[in-house]
Amino acid sequence: MIRTALAVSAGKLARLALTTSGRGATALPGLVALAVDPSALRSLTAGLEHGAICVSGTNGKTTTSRMLSDIVRAAGWSPVHNRSGSNLDRGLVAALLADSTWTGAPRGNVGILEVDEATLPGVLGRLAPRVVVVTNLFRDQLDRYFELDALAKRIATAIATLPGDTTLVLNADDPIVASLADGHRGTVTYFGVDDPSVGGTVPQSISDATRCPRCRKPLVYRRVVLAHVGDWSCSSCGFARPARDLAASVVTLDAGGIELRIAGAGAAIDPVAVPIPGLYNAYNALAALLAARVLGIGLTTSIRALSGFRPAFGRLELVEAEGRTLRLMLVKNPAGFNAAIGALLETGRRPRLCAALNDRDADSRDVSWIWDADFESLAPRVEDAVITGLRSRDLALRLKYAGVDERRLEVVDGWTAALQRVIARTPVGEEIVVVATYTAMLALREALADLGHVGRFWED
Amino acid sequence: MGGMDLRIVHLYPDLMSIYGDRGNVIALGQRARWRDIPVEVRAHRAGDELDPEWGDLYFFGGGQDQGQDVVGEDLQGPNGARLKEAIASGAAVLSICGGYQLLGHEYVPDAAPAIPGLGALDVRTVAGKRRYVGNLLVECDGSALGGAGGTLIGFENHSGKTYLGPAARPLGRVLVGGGNNGEDKTEGAVQGKVIGCYLHGSLLPKNPWLADRLLGWALERRHGAVALAPLDDNAERLARDQATEVARARP
Repeated sequence: MIRTALAVSAGKLARLALTTSGRGATALPGLVALAVDPSALRSLTAGLEHGAICVSGTNGKTTTSRMLSDIVRAAGWSPVHNRSGSNLDRGLVAALLADSTWTGAPRGNVGILEVDEATLPGVLGRLAPRVVVVTNLFRDQLDRYFELDALAKRIATAIATLPGDTTLVLNADDPIVASLADGHRGTVTYFGVDDPSVGGTVPQSISDATRCPRCRKPLVYRRVVLAHVGDWSCSSCGFARPARDLAASVVTLDAGGIELRIAGAGAAIDPVAVPIPGLYNAYNALAALLAARVLGIGLTTSIRALSGFRPAFGRLELVEAEGRTLRLMLVKNPAGFNAAIGALLETGRRPRLCAALNDRDADSRDVSWIWDADFESLAPRVEDAVITGLRSRDLALRLKYAGVDERRLEVVDGWTAALQRVIARTPVGEEIVVVATYTAMLALREALADLGHVGRFWED
Repeated sequence: MGGMDLRIVHLYPDLMSIYGDRGNVIALGQRARWRDIPVEVRAHRAGDELDPEWGDLYFFGGGQDQGQDVVGEDLQGPNGARLKEAIASGAAVLSICGGYQLLGHEYVPDAAPAIPGLGALDVRTVAGKRRYVGNLLVECDGSALGGAGGTLIGFENHSGKTYLGPAARPLGRVLVGGGNNGEDKTEGAVQGKVIGCYLHGSLLPKNPWLADRLLGWALERRHGAVALAPLDDNAERLARDQATEVARARP
C-alpha cells in the first residue's frame, strides 16, 4: 500500500510537471508510477464501485469505449476513462492516476479502459475486469504484433484464467473474436449485425480468417461484411456464428450518421441514432450497447447518450479551415482503411484527399500494409490528392498503381505546407478528407492548431 | 507488342498473403498492362488442381503459421510435382518469406521434426531465436539474375534462418538488415528463374528493375526473348530513394 501511495505520488508529480508546462500528460506519469509499483493497475481499480471494463480489439476500441463512457455518464455514473487513446499499460495507469486522489482512491466509480489488443493478455492478468469487450481482430502492425493467430491464442489463454464473474462482450460476426470465449468460465454475450442487406457474398482479399479457428477447415460465408467479419460457419466442425444477445435487424447508413433498429426491442423503442457515419461505427455502437446492458443500463438511457455522441481524435472529426471542411480519418491497417474508404464512398462524392503515411513505431514501421488496402476501389473516384508524410512516396506509388491519374496527385513535404496546399487546391465550401496514420495525424493536428484551426486533442 | 499476353498464378492468396505481398502481383500486372500486354491472374488454392501448362509466372507470398501447414500439405501432394514441372518448363517464380521457406528443402522448427519443402530452391531454413524486423537494403550485382543488377529495398520480418546450398546463388549482399540468416550477409536465393527472399515492402513496386526482369523471364516462356519498352519510373525512383534513406537512418 505504501508502495502504491508512493507510485501514485510519483506519477502525479510527473503529471503536474507536464501539465503545468503546457504539455499533454497521456503516458509518462503512468510510466513513472509503474516503475515504482508494477501492480499499480490492480490497486488503482480495486476501489471502483461498478468495476472495470476493458475494451479491446484491432479497430473501434477508442470509439466504443467513448460511447460506453457517454452511456454510463447518462446513467449517472462517473467513469474513469483513458480518453485520449493512450491505451498501452502506461496510458491506462496515467488515466487512473489523473482521476484518483493523492492516496490512490479513485474519483470515479466505474473504470472504462481502452486496452491495446497486444497489451490485453497482460492487463487481464493484472486486474479482474467486470466486463471484457472485444470489437474485432484484424491484422495490424505485423512488425509489432507479428501474427494474428498467435495474438488471438494469447488473448484466449488470458481469458481462460479470468474468474467466472467476468462477462465477455464479443463480436459474433468475427470468427476469431467468437473463438476467444472457448475457455471462459463465466458468461459470454455476443453482438452482431443481422440485417441481410448489409455486406456481400464475396470474401475480401484482406481476410485474416479463411480457416476455422477451432479445426482449421475452410470457413463458409453466407454474407461478408468486412474482411472476415460476416455470417460465417465452419464447413466441417460445426463451429458457427453464435446466437446474438444484441443485434441490429435494420442498419441505415447516410453521410450524417447511422441508425440501428435493435432486434426484439419492440416498436415502442426508438431506433439507435448515432451522428457519425460508417458501417464500422454500427458495430462500435452495438458493442457499447451490449456492454451497457451487461452493466444493467437500459436501452433508452443508452439511446439518449449515443444521440449526442462526438467522435474521438481523428475518427471522422470535422475541422473548419478557411471555408473548407476537413474530415479527419485515422487509418492504421488495411481493414480500417477499407472501412474508412467504404464510409467515404457511401457519401457518393468524389473525395479530395490529404493523405499522410508515416512509419514510426505507432504507425507500423512496415508500410507494406498499404498494398493490402483496397485503393483500387477508391482510385476511380479520387478528385484530387495531396500526399505527405515520412513515407509519402510509397503512398503516391500505391495510388499510381491503383490507377489514379498522376496529374491528380501532388506530393508535398512538410505538414503545414501539405495542409496549405490542399486548402489552396480545394474550392471554398468543399470537403477535404484527411486520411493519415497515427503519428502523421498527430503532426497534422498540430500543424492545424498552429494555423489556428483546431484545439489540441488532449484538451478533450 | 502485338499478340503477347501474360499469365500470372498467385499461389495460395487466401493463406499466403499477409504483409502486403499482394503488391507484387499488382505491380507485375500493371507494368505489363502499361506496355499493352494483356494480363490474366489466377489464384491457386489448397486442394485446387494446378495446371503446369498454364502459368508463365508464379507468385508465392508470406503467411501466418496457420496457413503454412495447409500449404505445405498441398505442396507435398501432386500439386508440388506440378509446380516443379512448371518450373522445369520455363516458368518464373517469385517467393517471399514463408513462400521462400516452403520452396526450399525443409524448415526445421525448434523442437519438432523438420517440415519438408518443395526443394525448388537449394536452401534450408532453421527456426531462430531472434526475429529480424526492420528495413532491409540489398546490393545485387546481377550475376545471379543473368544481367545488370541494382539495389533492392524492402522490409523483413522473420525468425527463420535460411542457408544456401551450392545450387542456389544469393540474390544479393545485405547493406542494411539481417537478410537470410543474419550471419553471412547474404539475402535471398536465385536458382534458374526461381527467386526467393525476405523482402516485403511490397518488393516489386519500389524495385521496378526486378519486376521487369521477372516479366522478361515470364514472357519468354511462350513468346521468346522480349525487349520490354521502357516506362516512366520517376514515382518508383522517388519511393525507392525515400525508403533507402529511411533504411539507412532508421534500420
